[in-house]
Amino acid sequence: MDIASLTIDGVREGLLARRFSASELATEALRFAEEENGRTNAYLHFSPERALERARRVDEQVARGEDPGPLAAVPVAVKDVIVTKGVRTTCGSKLLAHYVPPYDATAVARLERAGGVILGKTNCDEFAMGSSNENSAFGPVRNPVAPDRVPGGSSGGSAAAVAQGTAVVALGSDTGGSIRQPASFCGVVGVTPTYGRVSRYGLTAFASSLDHIGPFARTVKDAATVLGVIAGRDVCDSTSAAAPVPDYTASLDGNVKGLKLGLPREYLKELTSETGELIARGVEVLRQLGCEVREISLPATDYAIACYYIIATAEASSNLARYDGVRYTVRSGDGETLAEMYRNTRGEGFGAECKRRIMLGTYVLSAGYYDAYYLKAQKVRALIARDFADAFQEVDAIVAPVSPFPAFKLGEKIDDPVAMYLSDIYTITGSLAGIPCMSVPCGETAEGLPVGMQILTRHFDETTMFRLADALERTVGVGNARTRQRG
Amino acid sequence: MSSSATAAATPEALARYEPVIGLEVHVQLATATKIFCGCPTSFGAPPNTNVCPVCLGLPGALPVLSRKAVELAIRGALALHCRVRPHSRFARKNYFYPDLPKGYQISQYDEPLAEGGHVDIAVDGAARRIGVTRVHMEDDAGKSIHEGFADSDRYSYVDLNRCGTPLVEIVSEPDMRSSAEAYAYLTELKQALEFVAVSTCDMEKGHLRCDANVSVRLKGAEQFGTKAEVKNLNSFRFLKQALDYEIARQVALIESGGRVLQETRLYNPDTGETAAMRSKEHAHDYRYFPEPDLVPLRIGEKWLDEVKAAMPELPADKRARFIQEYGLREYDAHVLTATRSASEYYETAARVAGDSKTTANWVMGELMGLLKAEGKQIAESPVSAENLGDLVKRITAGELSGKLAKEIFARMFATGDAPAAIMEREGLKQISDAGELEGIIAEVLARNPSQVEQYRGGKTTVINFLVGQAMRATRGQADVAAVTALLKRKLRPEDTC
Repeated sequence: MDIASLTIDGVREGLLARRFSASELATEALRFAEEENGRTNAYLHFSPERALERARRVDEQVARGEDPGPLAAVPVAVKDVIVTKGVRTTCGSKLLAHYVPPYDATAVARLERAGGVILGKTNCDEFAMGSSNENSAFGPVRNPVAPDRVPGGSSGGSAAAVAQGTAVVALGSDTGGSIRQPASFCGVVGVTPTYGRVSRYGLTAFASSLDHIGPFARTVKDAATVLGVIAGRDVCDSTSAAAPVPDYTASLDGNVKGLKLGLPREYLKELTSETGELIARGVEVLRQLGCEVREISLPATDYAIACYYIIATAEASSNLARYDGVRYTVRSGDGETLAEMYRNTRGEGFGAECKRRIMLGTYVLSAGYYDAYYLKAQKVRALIARDFADAFQEVDAIVAPVSPFPAFKLGEKIDDPVAMYLSDIYTITGSLAGIPCMSVPCGETAEGLPVGMQILTRHFDETTMFRLADALERTVGVGNARTRQRG
Repeated sequence: MSSSATAAATPEALARYEPVIGLEVHVQLATATKIFCGCPTSFGAPPNTNVCPVCLGLPGALPVLSRKAVELAIRGALALHCRVRPHSRFARKNYFYPDLPKGYQISQYDEPLAEGGHVDIAVDGAARRIGVTRVHMEDDAGKSIHEGFADSDRYSYVDLNRCGTPLVEIVSEPDMRSSAEAYAYLTELKQALEFVAVSTCDMEKGHLRCDANVSVRLKGAEQFGTKAEVKNLNSFRFLKQALDYEIARQVALIESGGRVLQETRLYNPDTGETAAMRSKEHAHDYRYFPEPDLVPLRIGEKWLDEVKAAMPELPADKRARFIQEYGLREYDAHVLTATRSASEYYETAARVAGDSKTTANWVMGELMGLLKAEGKQIAESPVSAENLGDLVKRITAGELSGKLAKEIFARMFATGDAPAAIMEREGLKQISDAGELEGIIAEVLARNPSQVEQYRGGKTTVINFLVGQAMRATRGQADVAAVTALLKRKLRPEDTC
């Protein structure tokens, strides 16, 4: 059984043709994942009992002739900021090193109900704060394509798990690019759906108004299938949307003729030449498939980074307050006073990046600064959203780079947080606007480093986004050269 | 109040100053479940059992606003004559405390649920209208327990059962000018909220908590003085004591050349004094910002109308109706609408009795008298409203004399039994049967020949003596009217033939 090249359809066929059982697949997938993990550190921990239990149920359903669900027996990896009942959820933080949640995230429950088999929890930047996965308290993840390079972040473990082929699909979370950027760096598909499309219930909050759960997969179709499973209104999340969820896979026929694409002028400035060329080639592919491409302008883009790092850190400073050593967080010494216990716990527990963001966020919300920072940033956010709304008057989708450069080397940017923040420029705008956006592989540099193209569409129009990504994938090919070779 | 507290300012000095008081009142909404999750709000459960991921603030858990809590909050706002905003939103109030598991309270800040209401009060006959600035919703914190454990010298314990209990905070304008007015305001506010069943307002259980902002200024001055916030005023008595102390303290301070500091002070009910909290305990910058986990709260006309339609009658409306419909005097209407349970008791009893005024007299006289003597509330009355109504009905039907009725009522109060049962058991039935009475009267006449003589001689007032004798002979059970009529007949010779 070649797990690394399996797709959801492949699993289904093998299962129904009785070439393997769900239990055999789960056992083999766990073995393979543990073996590969020595190279990448993509997983923080595995959940073999839960995986085998779920697989056994799928086998029973198959034996009884019941439909085992659209994700039956599919090996899934889940980012460790998404809570799993009875399975440790650390958020990549020392503070939650021993935390075992008593409930499942809605997305996790839906994945399992659809037959998915969760192998384990994937590494990530601490509380999803970072662009390289180097902020994990449990060590960085190595990019499966180029082991001396980062997989991107913050969902680096999920991207790597899918890229190395240990999981067929994975769940990640995206606040400012944390799905799309690692997908681009690892040469897989990564989707950030419309804000509200997927319930956030059970997603450990970083910045609540920007946080999304979304899928990673090696193919566009698999990503579309997973989104279809996890999307839809959830009464446990007041911000989840009631909009109907279409069958995303139904329209993936390669036909994108007549779709109008916008290429934002502002997104082509800082690109490395190789990334720029690959994006241009991808756009050319879509043009040849019959898309109309025009240049558009998103003038508020220049303010996006500042805007994002005010809103996201403000919300983070509040969301991370609960890790105080009183209940489930690891307490660092009782201290003589309550304040001392807080200082010990948070001072020793949080990594540098979390502390930096908590301080930034606390500052921008402080009395006397709120109007100048937070309120102003909210106004800028509205302008950014308006830029997109204006653009979508003219075009059906926007195509853009995901990152100005491909995967960089471990340690290369870790001492320069501003450089790290700036690398989020192309992904942050879509997050602020709450529109669906994704990264789809668009080719590789001479060194063999994957580059993803970003596709952004109107609110709740994930279908158009998937159609374009699927069309590109049909020409460019699935995944990245190295995993393709190995597969 | 301790003597040192009153000694702080002379009566002459106090008379030159005018206090300015505003109250912030927290009221627990009477919902069965918490504001953002389905956990019960019941009181007295073992620690940390009425909890779930949401109210525990576990990673990933999200709040979902209770519709019932919003409806009760709207009701409360309407009862205080506030304008309910069509669009309001929640905000996070950030601070660290062990009984605050999320590290923030979900409250409302710049866009509260309702604004611009009032509470009418009367103190010593002077009517005043106290403005209500705003009513906003929020979740309660848990409870820190600092005493009572073997290791309480080193550790505090936290019970999160209360966490997420729905509250409204009601902020008044700085419109009150004496502790008596503050007392009256809180009384009226409590009454209004109880009436519309927004809250049980049980202060002992912490369902109603009060903080005060207090300043003083020379009478006639336009500028407000510097205010102090006084916390922990959790009974009506404490409110008045704390305010009187704080007013006297501020006046004495100013009179002695000092300056009032803007600070938070804690009332100590044991000493009757207020003391400044250490600055660290209140130097909070709450860093409010809109709660991103909740969508804005939109209250359309339709919803508002539904809440209005389901709303119980307000005290003032009920008072007016009692005067109009039952012909009660203003004072009686006031007493009978003092609490929702009193008004309900009265209306039920009056309906059964069919005589609203006599019922009012009985409720306010006999019933409230006995209740007061036993320190009971009307809701705890051993005599049901139906039974009291039945008793009054028998009185007005002439079946019972007032004296006999009082005797029966005392037994009803002691046993909780219905009047018929008591009358049956104790043989306390009124004697109005002419045959039975005639024998008794014949005996009275035979024993008192001189009075009979006087009556027949023209001194008719002597009949009262004879009626009294007949009543004594029957232990008060005789129907007075029947006795009188019979006596008159027997005493006139022409009728005896």
